[in-house]
Amino acid sequence: MRPEELAQRIRAELPETILARGEVVAVVAREALVPTLERLRADPETAFDLLSQVTATDWPGREPRFWLSYDLYSTRHRHRLRVKVGLPEADPRAPSVAGIYPTADWHEREVYDLFGVVFDGHPDLRRILLPEGWEGHPLRKTEEIGGVRTRFHGTWVPPVDRRGG
Amino acid sequence: MSEREGVSAVRQETMIVNMGPQHPSTHGVLRLLLELDGETVLACRPVVGYLHTGIEKNTEYRTWQQGVTFVTRADYLSPFFNELAYTLAVERLLGIEAPPRAQVLRVLFCELNRIASHLVWLATSGMELGAVSVMLYGFREREVILDIFEMATGLRMNHAYLRIGGVVMDLPPGAEEKIRDFCAMLPGRIAEYERLLSRNPIWLERNVGVGVLSAEDAIALGVTGPTLRAAGVPKDVRRDEPYSGYETYEFEVVTREAADCYARYEIRLEEMRQSLRIVEQCLERLREPGPVMVEDPKVAWPARLEVGPDGIGNSPAYVRHIMEESMEALIHHFKMVTEGVHVPAGEVYQPVESPRGELGMYVVSDGEHRPYRVRIRDPSFVNLQAVPKMVEGGLVADVIAVIASVDPVMGGVDR
Amino acid sequence: MPVERIEGVHLGAASGAPEATEEEVRRGILLTTLDRAVSWARKQSMWPATFGLACCAIEMMSTGAGHYDLARWGMELFRASPRQADLMIVAGRVSQKMAPVLRRIYDQMPEPKWVISMGVCASAGGMFTNYAVVQGVDTIVPVDVYVPGCPPRPEMLMYGILKLQQKVRREGRIR
Repeated sequence: MRPEELAQRIRAELPETILARGEVVAVVAREALVPTLERLRADPETAFDLLSQVTATDWPGREPRFWLSYDLYSTRHRHRLRVKVGLPEADPRAPSVAGIYPTADWHEREVYDLFGVVFDGHPDLRRILLPEGWEGHPLRKTEEIGGVRTRFHGTWVPPVDRRGG
Repeated sequence: MSEREGVSAVRQETMIVNMGPQHPSTHGVLRLLLELDGETVLACRPVVGYLHTGIEKNTEYRTWQQGVTFVTRADYLSPFFNELAYTLAVERLLGIEAPPRAQVLRVLFCELNRIASHLVWLATSGMELGAVSVMLYGFREREVILDIFEMATGLRMNHAYLRIGGVVMDLPPGAEEKIRDFCAMLPGRIAEYERLLSRNPIWLERNVGVGVLSAEDAIALGVTGPTLRAAGVPKDVRRDEPYSGYETYEFEVVTREAADCYARYEIRLEEMRQSLRIVEQCLERLREPGPVMVEDPKVAWPARLEVGPDGIGNSPAYVRHIMEESMEALIHHFKMVTEGVHVPAGEVYQPVESPRGELGMYVVSDGEHRPYRVRIRDPSFVNLQAVPKMVEGGLVADVIAVIASVDPVMGGVDR
Repeated sequence: MPVERIEGVHLGAASGAPEATEEEVRRGILLTTLDRAVSWARKQSMWPATFGLACCAIEMMSTGAGHYDLARWGMELFRASPRQADLMIVAGRVSQKMAPVLRRIYDQMPEPKWVISMGVCASAGGMFTNYAVVQGVDTIVPVDVYVPGCPPRPEMLMYGILKLQQKVRREGRIR
């Protein structure tokens, strides 16, 4: 379906749908995420069978603070959709979609690792990119780009804009 | 006691073997935890993150133009593709398009990069499976491509050639001839590889029927690229969601039905030929001259680069212009280089077809001169998730063949 | 036949005169100290351990491939096991997760061993001045030669290797 038709079709189900720059973006509530994705996958007109990515953006100062975005693609109809879910700062939890799209497994682990969003129902939620035992979630805007603690000399190398003298 | 009783009295345990992260054939720093029963793999768990570089966090602290140099080092074997996805995404946010000649140059270099990446795949796969001389042949051909890249962009890898609004420099004189010579040479070499490998009994034994991943499993696991096309699904972003003029080029999307490592090998060899076709079509279109960077002074990279006696740098005429002739030009140059482009607020997901699959760039802007969020959807990150499915139940030696056929690049996986 | 001139090597009876050298070599006799002979042998056939991490690893493989041949200096044999290697070329960005692995591999190499830090990421953290990359592997292992570049051309790596060979020859001591 062309983006305009797809936008109309999705808007019938999910009222908060916009069409911008050739992309259809729908906003859903956290509780409705899993049933919505299941429907979008099962419906032969939309047939979104490939989940390209799950990622998050941090908007500190806004409520909801964390915005997850699920990029869906249909190999049959060759159209795309983005589904966005907002998570409040006080409770950054979301349901895991790994049961519907097994590929979400690592994507959700990465979002947990870098943003601290917990996915309920995920089969194995552990850090994936950073070492185990790392403290903090670096991609949050409230975390700095980082000084570096060197492991074997016990020294701290400050970030480059603060290395003076 | 009888022999049978003796055998059943032997305790059987499974063994957990750690492969990597430092290992000659895990294609980079990939760690695999294998649970083995003898030689059979019962379970496989990939551990990634040994090359995590914080590229995405770094882009939030640099200007939009500088983002190109960071993003290009993610999937380091296909740097042009990273740059292409990023610049296309930012251009979509800006609402501009690169001039036609720039688009042709982008396609040209991307396809040459695809050939170079497949050559590295062939070289390393061959070496890992024991065909050590293929390593030398693959890198021999790749040197010719790297010479072309160096002529045009100044670097052999990680070029930062594609910029927002176009490309940074036109082709230097002599580059076209070199590319034509390469196009004439490569088909013979690919035929050589086929004679070496395609009907070689050892190659067939190690690849046919190994690492089968059906189409449903592949799509459920998000796998794209040659691994998905080996299962018969003709998904290619260049065909399905064309960008940069790909709808006007003639090429085939190569698929096979067998869904094993040998099918992926055949697909990549054939893709090299198809990329060559596209390169030749690009050379035809480059006959007409034209600008390679967009005209808008608020977006275009201000410098005019030229090949001088000491390499590629700002052209002396341009330096004279900003230093001696025009104060406004100097101020403009300074502002563009230090502050850069202001990109309107919004978000966009731009997929391109990299040699490994669908490479996507999810770019979010809040209207500033720095990116707000850049997320690289790397195909290798997703394809590696499928490795346990392909490997469980097989032999340990097949693990190497499967990883080689998936062709992961850890820079993209970990970013 | 060309004769490599190594300082400190005394040639039979008459030292200095080229004809005497040829004569000695033809007779198959060269006198030197054990130190110098061992250093020469060590530098001529160093076996690198495979430690390619990122983009620099590809340039290292290019250096080892046919066009810029490392076999000229006896180094084409990249040993997978660190226990059989004496040179570690740290090629690429070292992340925090990889740092203990790097140290472990270094510890597993037998003496004498050398380290070349290839590329700016290994030498000083490169362009990635952030939480994830170790800002220079010399915070973890002692480095003998730093080769800058992003990534360094094969010729630059070769120059670094030749400099290391000079260093080995110069500092030869049997330990």
